[in-house]
Amino acid sequence: MGQPLAPPPVAGDLSDRLVATDVWTDGMLAEHGIPVVDVPLVTFGGGIGSFVTADYLRICGVPTSAIRVLTPLETPWQSYEYLTTVSQIPRTERLRSDSASTPDNIWGFPSYALREGLQGDLKQLWNVLVEPIWANYYTPRAGAAFTAMEKEMHRIRYPEMVVRGQVRMVRRRAGGGYFTILTPPQGAAPTRRIAYRSQWVHVAVGYPGLKFLDDLQEYRKQTNDYGSVVNAYEPHEHVYEKLRAKPGVVLVRGGGIVASRVLQRLIDDRDRFRLDTQIVHLFRTYTATPHGTGILKRRKGADGWAYQGFNYPKSVWGGQLKQQVRKTEGAERARLYKEMGGTNTPVRRDWQEQLSRGRAQGWYRVMIGQIDRMTKTGELVEVAVASDQGPQLGSFDAVVDCTGLEADIREHRVLADLLDHSGAGRNPVGRLDVERTFEVRGTRNGNGRIYASGSATLGGYFPGVDTFLGLQIAAQEIADDLHAQGFGSKLGPGRSTSQWWKWFRNQQI
Amino acid sequence: MLPTLNGRIQTRVALLVVVGSVWTLLITPLLPTGVGLGASYGATFSVLLVVTVLGVLWELVYHGIQQFRWEKDWPTLFGLVTMVPEGLLVWFLFAGGAIPWIGSLPGWAFLVHFVTTWMWVFVIANGPIRVPFVHWRFNGGRLV
Ligand SMILES: Cc1cc2nc3c(=O)[nH]c(=O)nc-3n(C[C@H](O)[C@H](O)[C@H](O)COP(=O)(O)OP(=O)(O)OC[C@H]3O[C@@H](n4cnc5c(N)ncnc54)[C@H](O)[C@@H]3O)c2cc1C
Repeated sequence: MGQPLAPPPVAGDLSDRLVATDVWTDGMLAEHGIPVVDVPLVTFGGGIGSFVTADYLRICGVPTSAIRVLTPLETPWQSYEYLTTVSQIPRTERLRSDSASTPDNIWGFPSYALREGLQGDLKQLWNVLVEPIWANYYTPRAGAAFTAMEKEMHRIRYPEMVVRGQVRMVRRRAGGGYFTILTPPQGAAPTRRIAYRSQWVHVAVGYPGLKFLDDLQEYRKQTNDYGSVVNAYEPHEHVYEKLRAKPGVVLVRGGGIVASRVLQRLIDDRDRFRLDTQIVHLFRTYTATPHGTGILKRRKGADGWAYQGFNYPKSVWGGQLKQQVRKTEGAERARLYKEMGGTNTPVRRDWQEQLSRGRAQGWYRVMIGQIDRMTKTGELVEVAVASDQGPQLGSFDAVVDCTGLEADIREHRVLADLLDHSGAGRNPVGRLDVERTFEVRGTRNGNGRIYASGSATLGGYFPGVDTFLGLQIAAQEIADDLHAQGFGSKLGPGRSTSQWWKWFRNQQI
Repeated sequence: MLPTLNGRIQTRVALLVVVGSVWTLLITPLLPTGVGLGASYGATFSVLLVVTVLGVLWELVYHGIQQFRWEKDWPTLFGLVTMVPEGLLVWFLFAGGAIPWIGSLPGWAFLVHFVTTWMWVFVIANGPIRVPFVHWRFNGGRLV
């Protein structure tokens, strides 16, 4: 026996050579001992985007055997529930989407408000009738959304389609279709990787990553203090506990809904436990009045906030703006996104009441500017702000950063791999470029197509992608496109009605 | 609702023609019209026709108003209160004899027919229409 040339490879793993090859043959995988599983469609991510897509396809008559959901998640809402919980929306609190954004029901009927109404809460029905003029938008309780999804999950036999693990990459297959490489949990499979060979792939990986601001990272690096300066998307219960144990001053940064929620939590605690918490709120951009580019385009604003019910103007989910953006390309589209986007928060009576009380009593103060630097002085964080009133210095018991910037798509390994090896590109706002059908542009391979939905595709022909309803709109486009290729039945009036009836009776399909 | 102009018109016409006709067929015999069934149907279907035709013009107005809304949406309540100006206009046209082929229609009969028809259309447009037409709400109310 001669000397082994390389350390014995782990059974069924990738090699550098394979990783460097754009298009793979069946033989290459066989050589590497990676087992291949055949299935017509793979969706990976396994969050709400995968769930609503699988739901739609199941309703179009696609059998469970034709779909595999590759995901590390226990349930489709696990990741989402984690994010909502840390950012101060427990199950009992209300979300930020409308009554007809029902990820458990593709028709949006009965809506959440109607369901609450039928259970006797007529106030909610009244609310949807008079919103948004005489009432703030109705929004469902987080818990209601999760329990409804759980019911639908069992109805469509979703668990039968789920395979646990992390997806490492998707590659084009010589001859058509794709290989999706799954890394199963340690010990769950005899090989390090499993390849799913499919004609269609759906990418729904949620946020590519969370980007922490430089000053926050700098502070942590210098002080090794991870507790006093936090991003609101990180677990930060300890901040509220600290303020409960001893009166303190807290700096809240940001003008979006997360800042609204964090302020609500701080003030709720202040009221409930009779605390003396002092709040300084830092806006980078202060919106004092309605603003926009003309009389037909004026968004409400006051007290620093830009007000909007949902993260985009409502008609992007079905009306005029949806139609308008669908027709635009390039710089024109980027301009529309800019016009409609920007940080904003909904108007809510309870929030308005809390903040105006805080302003009147002097424990809620607003500052406009940007943080220059943060340093640790004893137990406190000293923050230098370049404000509109000149440089300012303040000491705080805690800093809660609610700016929640999303990372570049390249931060996500699988998306980076699609860009580098499979022909995917970027759209006018820099994210994954998809067609109106949500097919990832440039990745078509023989009879195969890759689709994507969710936050990664923001900037496309449809702006509302990163919402329940947006994910359902994408699911519809994808299902229609798949139907045109012979996969799944058409959801015409007959099938749609009979399927709805099954949903209504909670009949398993 | 999140209508586009085309979607508004399509939804208006389709619902009045389908839902409005079925309801008019059912309710007309019960209305206090004071005339025979044939003449009553003539009157109620004329109302339906006029509401549909004028409705297309009203939709142009509503679409114009919608342009002043940042969200370019059409709040649910608007779909209800627009019943008032539309109903009044149709009534005055009838009462003023502007619809020559109709003799007369008592106020009560008109009111009951008009309001109940409107309510059916309103309720169906705000939910049940999505059951057979799953693309409708994402297409600005377009059916084709
Ligand atoms: C705090 C917060 C509140 C929100 N509130 C609302 C609201 O009220 N209404 C609304 O409509 N929208 C809301 N959204 C937006 C959006 O609807 C949700 O974020 C939704 O969960 C997005 O679904 P998704 O499938 O794109 O991502 P997720 O639900 O996050 O699922 C994606 C999953 O993919 C998995 N994944 C990533 N990489 C891989 C890989 N390589 N292999 C396998 N799996 C992978 C991850 O584990 C992740 O969990 C909110 C978002 C946030 C952050």
